[in-house]
Amino acid sequence: MKSFRTLVQRDLLLAVREGGATGTALGFYLVVIALMPLGLGPDLQLLSRIAPGVLWIGLLLAALLSLGRMFDVDQEEGVLEVLTTGALPLELVVAAKALAHWISSCLPLAILTPILGLLLNLELAAYPVLVVTVLIGSPAISFLGSVGAALTLRSRRGGLLIALLVLPLYIPTLIFGISAISAVVTPPGSLEASLLLLSAVTIASLVIGPIAAAAALRAQLG
Amino acid sequence: MADENTIAPDRGSGPGLEVTNLSVERGGRRVLSDLSFTVSSGEALLIRGPNGSGKTTLLRTIAGFLSPISGHIRLAGDEEQPLRERIHYVGHLNGVRASLMVEENVRFWARYLGGSEDRVSAALERFGLASLASIPTGYLSAGQRRRLALVRPLLAFRPLWLLDEPSTSLDARSTAVLAEAIDEHVSSGGIVVAATHLELGIARSRELRLGFAAEQA
Repeated sequence: MKSFRTLVQRDLLLAVREGGATGTALGFYLVVIALMPLGLGPDLQLLSRIAPGVLWIGLLLAALLSLGRMFDVDQEEGVLEVLTTGALPLELVVAAKALAHWISSCLPLAILTPILGLLLNLELAAYPVLVVTVLIGSPAISFLGSVGAALTLRSRRGGLLIALLVLPLYIPTLIFGISAISAVVTPPGSLEASLLLLSAVTIASLVIGPIAAAAALRAQLG
Repeated sequence: MADENTIAPDRGSGPGLEVTNLSVERGGRRVLSDLSFTVSSGEALLIRGPNGSGKTTLLRTIAGFLSPISGHIRLAGDEEQPLRERIHYVGHLNGVRASLMVEENVRFWARYLGGSEDRVSAALERFGLASLASIPTGYLSAGQRRRLALVRPLLAFRPLWLLDEPSTSLDARSTAVLAEAIDEHVSSGGIVVAATHLELGIARSRELRLGFAAEQA
């Protein structure tokens, strides 16, 4: 457990030191959402109707930007092979790095989400549930994303490839995230069921992501 | 040299690393075939051979990064503990992050590899890195970074050291420090397997010569 905490702390320290990733994700998210009203015109009703979906999709895309860096510098500098000689199984190494990615990338994006909701005239009732769905759903972004990051480790310019591999995996998170919000904004619909399913997707990803990513990393170490 | 290359009866204090009938393929080419040797604890094995003869492949296989197509690797000792926790691997790459300070890199490895943080400053001192402790690793020269990588085995005791060309870009003084560290580890009952052209000048070392047919000489 000490190794796990040490690795998470190191990754967070690196995220602060190397900056870039978090700032880029936040900036990208802001710009994408700010462009929406410009592109769609000042139709407030239209904006507030599509706001939850646009915010969720923007968040997914912004979080993708930093996924590629989850393993690649560690691999280039030989850190990854030494990490495999610690007390942690590779699955937990992946979990620690995915957790650090969630804290350094997804959490700031989740905090920015309600602020960006203002730009899209998001309905007042939707704010709390939007924040809750983003917080519950976003760990899946990091943990499923780790699979894409591990698979594309050796490929040059793997960034786009990650998006192709990983975005389809985010569909359940997106669907249940949006359906929870629309249950509140445009009843009928069951908020509870959507939130439970969203949690189930996240919990499954916490398990499946590290196992699949560790298998991919083992193949790449060879 | 032939007498040194044959599998000598154990000269050390007991069984250590045992490699039996190891065959490894890389990219469809058989790099190591039916390689067997033992290194007893308290002994260093120096792997020699031309480029491409499988020195790195052998080390990476022992470390568990590559899986052999046949053969066994056994390390005597606590069998409960997985092999990965009983080795130190220093490969071609140094395993340090450029944006962390020298000391942060070392402290991270000490904590992560289950070593003691008390050893950090002594280990840095030993390789002459103490004065660089609070400099970002990215500013170090190649030789200094290599020294930083070699600090790692000193942080936590693990019986088997796997060193791949450890003396690359080291100056004469640091090479002597490295040889001394290896000597110390070996005389305290550890095992060192190193692919190196360095003459370590230690009594309890043997050579394993790899050829392209991956036969022992």
